Amino acid sequence: MMAPDHTITPVVEVRGVTLQYKTSDHLVTATYRVDFNVLRSDRFVLLGPSGCGKSTLLKAIGGYMRPTEGSIHLNGREVSRPGPDRMMVFQEFDQLLPWKTVLQNVMFPLVTSGKYERAAAREKALGLIAKVNLAKFADSYPHTLSGGMKQRVAIARGMAMEPDVLLMDEPFAALDALTRVRMQDELLALWDEIKFTVIFVTHSIPEAVKVGNRILLLTPHPGQVKAEVNSVPRSKGETAVRAELEHKIHTMLFADEIEETRHD
Amino acid sequence: MTDAVLRPEIYREPMSQETFGIVQKPLTLFERLYNQNWLRKLFVLIVIAVCWEVYARWLDNELLVPTFSATVRALVNGIASGVILTRALLSIKVLLMGFVTGVFIAAVLTFIAINTRLGNDFLETMTAMFNPLPAIALLPLALIWFGLGTGSLIFVLVHSVLWAVALNTHAGFRSVSATHRMVGQNYGLRGIGFVAKILIPAAFPSILAGLKIGWAFAWRTLIAAELVFGTTSGQGGLGWYIFEAKNQLNIPEVFAGLLSIILIGLFIENVVFRLIEARTIDRWGMQS
Repeated sequence: MMAPDHTITPVVEVRGVTLQYKTSDHLVTATYRVDFNVLRSDRFVLLGPSGCGKSTLLKAIGGYMRPTEGSIHLNGREVSRPGPDRMMVFQEFDQLLPWKTVLQNVMFPLVTSGKYERAAAREKALGLIAKVNLAKFADSYPHTLSGGMKQRVAIARGMAMEPDVLLMDEPFAALDALTRVRMQDELLALWDEIKFTVIFVTHSIPEAVKVGNRILLLTPHPGQVKAEVNSVPRSKGETAVRAELEHKIHTMLFADEIEETRHD
Repeated sequence: MTDAVLRPEIYREPMSQETFGIVQKPLTLFERLYNQNWLRKLFVLIVIAVCWEVYARWLDNELLVPTFSATVRALVNGIASGVILTRALLSIKVLLMGFVTGVFIAAVLTFIAINTRLGNDFLETMTAMFNPLPAIALLPLALIWFGLGTGSLIFVLVHSVLWAVALNTHAGFRSVSATHRMVGQNYGLRGIGFVAKILIPAAFPSILAGLKIGWAFAWRTLIAAELVFGTTSGQGGLGWYIFEAKNQLNIPEVFAGLLSIILIGLFIENVVFRLIEARTIDRWGMQS
């Protein structure tokens, strides 16, 4: 059976991307010639230890920095600057605008981008706030919410825009372990409902295996692609199968490191 | 080294609430009154007023220190006859003109400063130079340039407001977190929209602090400037009212003038600005 065209053309196409940035006294190469494709409805995970440039890569897809080499395309158009077609969810809790209520925070991009009229935006926003179970807090200001609730608002805000791709930069890294697991479950439940495309950055192997359907492994200094693997299908989510994949990924990512320590 | 001592485990049943004597007990009336901020401050004010009254009666020299009651009487008379009110309004009108002009120029300068590197250097150099310079020191020059009148007053007022507001706003803009900036860019905001919808609200605590300092500087500068010449086409504000009263050796009126300056200052700083704070940065949880 022929799949329709739009499933073949990647939503995000990263071709030979080298990213460099300047600190006060160094020119740092964050990633070197990274390639990957994100297809529609992918839960694409960028996984690697700190220093592998995964966050930098996500920022480049977000349009916050230009690659020094290679190109990034979103639905065939080259990414040149940030825009509401790629909504970011950051790790920091302060990503919500403190002078706006939860509802206003979710509505704001809908209205400023000109995508919705005020009334329609309100309805849309309320719908997504209800989806992340925060209906009671729609009129609360962010500083009164817990960290997990803030991240849920940020996710609602991102999804309300119905972006071509949702970019999540270690969104659960600053949460406590219990909240983190619950947020992962909620994210997957939302995905089951909406089937959005998401690129998810994490340094946690279990999180990558749980959240992603496809995982890109990056090695550090500078970030290079080590492997691109399929995650365990969620229907076959037995712990043993998962643990095996986690172990395999762990060996691939830290093999060099173990070699090094042996030489010492 | 020995192993840790093995101890028996302990399980206890918490007592029911009735077995405690007092769990919650209302405070006494005195304790509750003493917890009221304003009541304690009122008490301090009353003590000061009583001391003042006693000392002035003992001194018995109205030319040096009039009694508290005489001052209040002068103040009440001044308000009843409308003199103090018209003078105060005149002062406030000039003040507002200077304040608004200063804030406007500060806004333009800061906007240029955050968008160009040269504008940034210009603003930093100018604030570094002029911020330590008391506005009142420019009054002699202002008198030569703009003559005796509102023009000179506004010039010194702008000077006193501009640098404080620009300095704070600029510092506020620069301290807006990288995440907020990225969020704003993510929404596709640029230029004026980015400044108005992200930078200004995010930097609002600093901006408000700047406005408060600017207001305080301006209010003090204005009264001082009025004391020097005061007339704006034959009329004067509160500073001039004090100066006139002193010339006529009407010392209770001098005190009444000072008291009204204090009252207006307190009102703006503790009511107007306090209200703005409560409505904005307190509600947003941005109070540092």
